[in-house]
Formats: sequence, structure tokens, C-alpha cells
Amino acid sequence: MTPLLQVEGVTRRYGARIGCEDVGFALWPGEVMGIVGESGSGKSTLLGCLSGHLAPDAGRVLYDAGSGGGAQDVTAMPEAARRRLLRTDWAFVHQNPRDGLRMNVSAGGNVGERLMAVGARNYGAIRARAEDWLGRVEIDTARIDDRPSAFSGGMQQRLQIARNLVSGPRLVFMDEPTGGLDVSVQARLLDLLRGLVRDMGLSAVIVTHDLAVVRLLADRLMVMKGGQVVETGLTDQVLDDPQHAYSQLLVSSVLQV
Amino acid sequence: MIHLENVSKNFTLHNQGGAAIEVIRGAFLSVAPGECVALTGASGAGKSTLMRILYGNYLTASGRVLVGGVDVAQAPPREILALRREVLGYVSQFLRVVPRVPTLEVVAEPALAAGAEVQAAQDRARELLARLNIPQRLWPLSPTTFSGGEQQRVNIARGFAHPYPALLLDEPTASLDAANRAVVLDLIGEAKARGAAIVGIFHDVEARAQVADREVDVSAFTPQAAGA
Repeated sequence: MTPLLQVEGVTRRYGARIGCEDVGFALWPGEVMGIVGESGSGKSTLLGCLSGHLAPDAGRVLYDAGSGGGAQDVTAMPEAARRRLLRTDWAFVHQNPRDGLRMNVSAGGNVGERLMAVGARNYGAIRARAEDWLGRVEIDTARIDDRPSAFSGGMQQRLQIARNLVSGPRLVFMDEPTGGLDVSVQARLLDLLRGLVRDMGLSAVIVTHDLAVVRLLADRLMVMKGGQVVETGLTDQVLDDPQHAYSQLLVSSVLQV
Repeated sequence: MIHLENVSKNFTLHNQGGAAIEVIRGAFLSVAPGECVALTGASGAGKSTLMRILYGNYLTASGRVLVGGVDVAQAPPREILALRREVLGYVSQFLRVVPRVPTLEVVAEPALAAGAEVQAAQDRARELLARLNIPQRLWPLSPTTFSGGEQQRVNIARGFAHPYPALLLDEPTASLDAANRAVVLDLIGEAKARGAAIVGIFHDVEARAQVADREVDVSAFTPQAAGA
């Protein structure tokens, strides 16, 4: 078996300011990697570079689809190939659902569009799958023909997640996916994601500041500060025995419920 | 099956003046298949620390931590994750679960993760829950609302759902009534009989006497205060 994603020396600067610097790791099929750190630590910049939304100034992001064609450097791919990847094998759940949804297309259309991108053509089948996924993220299927602009923020986020997962991607990037959600729905989504990881071998890179989410969902954890990775390891090791001063501060700052 | 060789452990508290605390020095432990070793020593002597070192959620300063041939102190995360899925089980004192997931699924999950069929995993989960006297009407509910003792039994059921060749048990009989304690001791006995190597912490002296083949006093690994 080979890594799904091999990240080497990824660096992105904004002028003189560092977005993220010299980040490297390997993600294997079925693994969930969590990235934590305070705001401005470079988490979202890194996620953007990994997923092809941002061009890194240095470094490589090698993706191996496992089809025998070997690993390809995503940062050097033609734009069309990268866009195809983002519509099929990959998914990206944005922090702000408005960035990941088509606001003027119905909820069912938002979910169905991803299915059509991977070849689905039968209207009845697409609609049935869309209804199934709306149910899984706890959106009343009676709202299938409504536009997301008529949804609450939490519903929009759930719709975005359904849209991204419906096509059975192999790799999902998530930027604060549960940030704006009610805790009850958050729990449902965590369970849904864990099931997909276990049953379909889904891999994910999840940026969040919620350590409880990370503990339940991520196998491995990366702690970022000032654009650099200060600590990496098994999730429970980093949370139970943090080595770096910043990780220790982060873990000890969580309020107990 | 489980070998600790010359293991030491320090904590450095960067945000508390960089205080460095040495908690374990020169720890040795060896557990054969089918054997149960009880860790003893006063509170704070490092029993739970040693368990966490074995499970890999505590790093070590030096030494080797071999479980089923994998050096937990050195192996990459991927290998430790595979080890935990298939070889090394851990019953902690706290049940950590995704809220809203039914108890039956919580208990079946480790077997599924280890590759069991859904039906077989759920059958095993039902059997364990029944043996541990969790009423059947609670199985479709999330254990997050259960009483402390019920949560502990769900946690134990989880730990025995997959036949791990190595098991870590942190106070498995604490706060259980006599009937449930007997069930847990039976489960431990059955695990030993199928060849599991077990490391346990049992404050309950009778329980310890019943299942442990040997005792290891971890205070032997506690470094003496500086200058002493």
C-alpha cells in the first residue's frame, strides 16, 4: 500500500508574512488527520495548498489515486485535471457553506450536481440519492426543492457536507466543518464520517479548533503555530502527552463540560 | 507478547516554568500470552502512566515498548493504529464515544474496525451486553446518558468485543456490584484461556487475587527525589 497523499515542504507566503512553512506529512487510505492551532496559525492556508485552491510557493503535494498510474503532483497539474479531481475523487467542505454551495440552485440540485459529475444520468436515481443524503444530514426531504439561501446557516453547512460526500470521494478536506452546527447535529455528522471512514476507507484532512471533535474523529493530529507544524503524532498522544509548549497550552486551555 | 525494556518517562511542563518531572526510570515488564500481570503501587506511583506508555498515548524518553513485535515507542502512527485495531485492546476508566450512537453500535465498533462482519460483530455485542446485565431496552440508546456503572460496563463490553491478543485493563471492576464484578472476572479468565496477555490495574484486592498470575510493583520504577 502507498500513501494517498504525500506532502513535501509545502510553503506559502503572503508577501513577507508566512502563511505556512515547510509542511510535510503522508496520509494513508482510511486515515483522518486533524490540524489544530489558533486562528492565523496557517491551518486554512495549508488546507488550501493541499487541495489545489492555493498555489504553494514551494513544495509538492503528491496524490496517488491507486489506479496504478503512480502519484501525481497536484500543484503541477493542469487546471482542468485539478478541477476534475475536486469534482470526483476529492471533496472540500468550506468553513462558510456559501463558498461550497450553489446558492441559486435547489438543495436537491446541489447534491445531484456532484453525482452527475461522476457520471450519474438517471433523474429518478439522482433524486433518490439526494433524498437519502438529505436524510442522513437531517434535512427534511420536503425542503429538497428549496434553495440554500432559504436555509439556516447550520442547514447550509449540512447541505454542503451532503453535497460533498454523496459521490463517495476518497479524500475529503474540511475547514471547520462542525463550527456552526448545533451539538446534536455535530454528533450525527461525526458518526456519519466515522462510518464512511470505516466502511469506504475514506481519508480526510480536517482543520478545526475543537479538540473534542479531533479526539473522536482524527487518528493523527498536527499542531500549527505561526505557519509551522510544532507537533505531530497520534491524536491521543498529542492530547494526553503534548510535548511542545504551545500544544500544552492548547490542551490545558480547554474548558471541561 | 508484551515487553517493556528499560523504559523511562519524563514530563516537561513548558508553561509552568519548564519544570521537568521524571516519573518512571528503568521499567521492565514482560507478559506472556495467557498471563495476567497486575500493576501495583500507591496512587501516583505510575501505574496508569505505564499503561499509557504501553498503549502509545504517552511518549517515552528511552527504552523499548514491544507489543506483539511492534515497538510502540518508535513505530509510525499508522503501525500503532493497526496494532490498536487488531492486537492491543484498552479498557480505560472513561467511556469516550460519539454522542447519539446506540450502545449496541458502540460495543460492536471495535470488532467491525478489526474486520469482522456486521452480523458477527453485533451478535458478539449483544452477547456481551447481556452478560454484563445492560437491559436490552437500553441497547438502542446512546450510553452518554447512562449511569456511571452502566457506562463502565459498556466500556468493558467494548474492550472484549474483539479477541485482542493483548489487553490493558485500567480498574475494570471499580464501582461494579458483586454480580457484574464476577462477570468481568469471568471475561478476563476467558481472555487468558484463549491466550491473551493482560496487564491490569486492580485496586480490588480480591479481584486481583482471582485473575492475576503475578504482581509488579511499579514503585520500583519511581525515580528517587533528586539528591536522595
